[in-house]
Parts: sequence; structure tokens; C-alpha cells
Amino acid sequence: MTDGAVEVRDVVVRYGATTAVDGVSLGVPRGRVLALLGHNGAGKTSLLQVCEGFRAADGGECRVLGLDPIADHDALMPRLGIMLQSGGVYPWATAGEILRLFASFSANPLSPDMLIDRLGLRKFERTRFRRLSGGEQQRLSLAIALVGRPELVFLDEPTAGMDTESRHTTWQLIEELRSDGVSVLLTTHLLDEAERLADDVVIMREGRVAATGTPAELTAAAGIDLLEVRADAGLQPQSTQFAAVEKTPGEYVITGNLDAAAIAEAIAWFAKAGAQVTAVNTRRRTLEDVYLALTADATRKAGAAR
Amino acid sequence: MTVAAAVLPGTFTNGVARGKVEILQFIRDRTAVVFTFAFPAMLLLLFGTIFGDSYDDTGVSVAQVYTASMIAYGALNTGFITMGSGLALDREDGTLKRLRGTPITSTAYLIGKLILVFVLSVAEVAMLLLVGVLVYDMPLPDASHWLTFVWLFLLSVIVCTLCGVAVSAIVKHARSAGAILNVPVVALQFVSGVFIHPITQLPTWLITVASFFPVKWMSQGFRYVFLPDSMKQYEAAGQWELGRTALVLGAWCVIGLVLCLTTFRWTEKDR
Repeated sequence: MTDGAVEVRDVVVRYGATTAVDGVSLGVPRGRVLALLGHNGAGKTSLLQVCEGFRAADGGECRVLGLDPIADHDALMPRLGIMLQSGGVYPWATAGEILRLFASFSANPLSPDMLIDRLGLRKFERTRFRRLSGGEQQRLSLAIALVGRPELVFLDEPTAGMDTESRHTTWQLIEELRSDGVSVLLTTHLLDEAERLADDVVIMREGRVAATGTPAELTAAAGIDLLEVRADAGLQPQSTQFAAVEKTPGEYVITGNLDAAAIAEAIAWFAKAGAQVTAVNTRRRTLEDVYLALTADATRKAGAAR
Repeated sequence: MTVAAAVLPGTFTNGVARGKVEILQFIRDRTAVVFTFAFPAMLLLLFGTIFGDSYDDTGVSVAQVYTASMIAYGALNTGFITMGSGLALDREDGTLKRLRGTPITSTAYLIGKLILVFVLSVAEVAMLLLVGVLVYDMPLPDASHWLTFVWLFLLSVIVCTLCGVAVSAIVKHARSAGAILNVPVVALQFVSGVFIHPITQLPTWLITVASFFPVKWMSQGFRYVFLPDSMKQYEAAGQWELGRTALVLGAWCVIGLVLCLTTFRWTEKDR
């Protein structure tokens, strides 16, 4: 295996008769951010648990920072930052006490005060954990993951339950981690989060990898840029370079391999037809479109089963 | 890498830091404080009031005997029950899992818990002795008895705590922890001379059964510490048997430790 931050090969995770992760391979190169996307139950958290050493894989191999997450647990943990989805913090202790306790486990921790300020937790420093809102607990949980200056962080739905402002702060922090050379493996439901943060995206479906690539590759590979043109109704644009459909009267959707020449030709067709063009829109397919297209099967199947 | 160059804090340092937070946690949960301390004291007051007589020709009141015996219950309550249910809760709510994802070791986790248990046990015993001395005029013993008290108390707390850790492994849900853990505690107190003394009132076979468990030896030992020598006639062997007490408790330390090491889990079993 290469010298990546995380190397997962053919990993299988089973719970009784259910196979949660069914032969997944992926790699997080050092200093990069990989986002694991997928519906609930797609196997994201199970895979993360294997990487974090919380459970053994039922098949395959997993190396984290070149080490075995279970056998080399003690050597590995000081170098990792783990943000769990929920729970597991002393409910009667205050946010400040908890963060300082976790900081004290590390050889060279970040300043808890700095993290408290950065994550907007100063107001809640003396608030007991059980009185914190969901978003505040998440922010504290993120601070706990980062306080030990990890080389690699695992973030399980880091911004779940956060308000818009905290979400942006969190994104900024993750971007800073990346520029400091920290590797990040995160799971998320939020496509804009993945698009903004991730160098690489892995889309999981029913425990398998459905697609892999950079956000740009994934959106481009699908070949799905659109051109929308508003003009007189009833025209029939035709070309070898593109396909056109009049979606609603006067609204044309043009698809195909839309490079500059093809777009120019499309506009030119309307000009030649003497049409009055009132709007031209290019729409770049987002990661969300790709994601929905890839996971649609699973949704349909789940729907049929119900 | 600066991270690798710096030295990680030791297990003991981590354990102490955790112990501080454990104690803070406990003190802030007022219900737990009240029930942990008030319950044994209430039992002692009840028993002392209900059985108001004395043991013949020794001048020792039943209430004083209860005070001594109930110290065993104090150790059981804080060591076995607090430890067992606390561990089950930490496992269920993911505290243990989160700690598993940090550089600290399981030993550091247990040291933190042990510090809590130890502080609670000392406070519990002080509370019971206070009731004994103030309400039942129990005379405090001399220095040599206190020396016995120290090793007996330490061994008792360690045995109870280790067994609490071990038993927590079979507790599936923290909700049922109290119920499960109280079964052996209550049963053993009835057969071990804590609630019913002289223990010789029990059938011989029951005393034999009780003798395999630590509670009988704990309560007998604490009676040695706090009662006059003439009271030994009411023990099963008519002797204080300090050597045997140390032996049995020592053996249970080993058993408890082995059980702990073989059953300790960081997370709940997969469902």
C-alpha cells in the first residue's frame, strides 16, 4: 500500500446478517480532504469506525497513517482527531472543563482558549454539557477532535445540527487544517459542504462505492452541463453539435457536449431563425445532481420495498 | 513532527485529570449525592431505632454493631454499585468510546473512576461513623485498630470496585444497572452478617456459602475495628480471623482483576 493518510482496501463490515460495508476501497492522500457521501445507512459511519479502530473489519484491510488502527491503537491515537456523531461527553461538566480535560491528554495541545474563541464557545464555557444545544455540542465535539493537533481527523457529519454561521466557521477551520497539511476524512449529507471542502469525493450506496473523483471530475464526467434559452415558442432547433428540447413553450433546454463552439452554434441557430432571445442561462450540473442520479436507484428500491 | 517529539502525559496524570472531572460530575448531580450518602445513613438510623437493645454482658448496643457492619455496605454501595452502573452508563452513552479515540489508556480511565470511588467511599464511611458516634455513642478505637482499618478499607474498596467493573460487562442497558447490581449486594448483606447479626443465627450451610464471598469478611473485619474484643464470641468462628480476611479479600482482588481484564469492553456489543 502507498503512504496515504488512510488506505482502505476491500473492507467489509457485517452486523449479523446485514452487510453494512461491502468491499469498499478508498484512499485519503496526506494533506487532502476526502468527503464520504451517501444516504443514511449507506455504510459511511461503519467504514469510519473501522478506520478509527472502534471495530475490526470483517474483511479487507485498513491502514491509517501506515498503522493498523486496532493493533497499533496506542501509537495511532495521539496522531488522530476523532469527532463522533453524538454523545459521550460528561453531561455535568462544563464545556471549558471538558475541552481542557481532553487537551490534557495530548503531548502538545492547541490552546483550549483559542479553540473556544474560534468556535464561538466563550459564552458557553461555564455551561454544563447537557445544557448545550445540539449545535453547541457539535462545536465542542469538533474542538475536542482538534485540540490534540492531529495529523489526520475523522469528522462524522461535522456540521449536523449547526446553524449557518457555525457551519461556515467549521468549514473555515477545515480549510485551515488542510492548508496546515492535516488530512481529513469526513462524512456528510450536505452536497455543498462536500463541493466546497473536498479534494476527493467518494459516494457510497448500499455499502459499496458508487462513484469516486474530485468534485469537478464527478460533475464533468457526467457530461451534463445545460444551456437554457428563452425565445419564441414553437421553434425546432437542430444541430449535430447539440440536442434541444422545448421543455415548456418558449423554454429550450440544450444538452450535449457543450463546449464554446457548441454554445456559439446554439445561440447562432436562434439568431438565424430570427428568434427573439430573452434569456440565456448556462447551468452547471452540481454535485447534488450527480449524487441524486447515482443514488436514485437505491431510493427507488427502498421506496418499492415500503 | 513536533507532535511525535513531545512527550505524552502518563497514564497516572491522565487518570488523575479524569478523576477530578469525575468528582465534579458526581458532586453536581445532587440526586446521586443525596441517594449515595443518605441511603446507608438512613438504613443505619432505621436499624438502630428498630433494634434498640444490647448484646448481653458486652455493653455494646445493636446500633453500634450495625454502624461497624454497615461500613462494609458503604464500600459495596460506592465501589460496586457506583462503579458498575457508572461504567455501564459511560459505555452506553459513548463516553468510553470517545475516550477510546484519545491517547489515554483503559488504565487511565479506570484510575479516574477509582479516584471517584475512593473519595466517595471515604466520605461514605465518615458519614456512617458520624452517625454512629453522634447518635449511638460509639467509642472510636485506638491506633492499632485504625491500622487494620486502613488495609481492610483499601482492600474492600478495591475488591468492590474490581467486581463492579467486571459485572458492568454483563449489564446490557444502564437503565437496568441499578436493579442488576443490587441483587448480589442485598443478598450478600443478608447472609454476611451486615443486616442480620449474630451471623450464627443463619443455617450453617448459608454461612459457608457467604464465606466464599468478600462481604462476610469485610463486615467481620470492620466489627473487629470498631467493637470491643468481647464481641468476637458472636462471630461464626468465635474469632476475628484477620489473617483469613486478608487472604479472602486478596484472593478476590486477583479474581476481580482477572475478570476485569477479560471482560472489559470499550463499547456496547453490536446489536
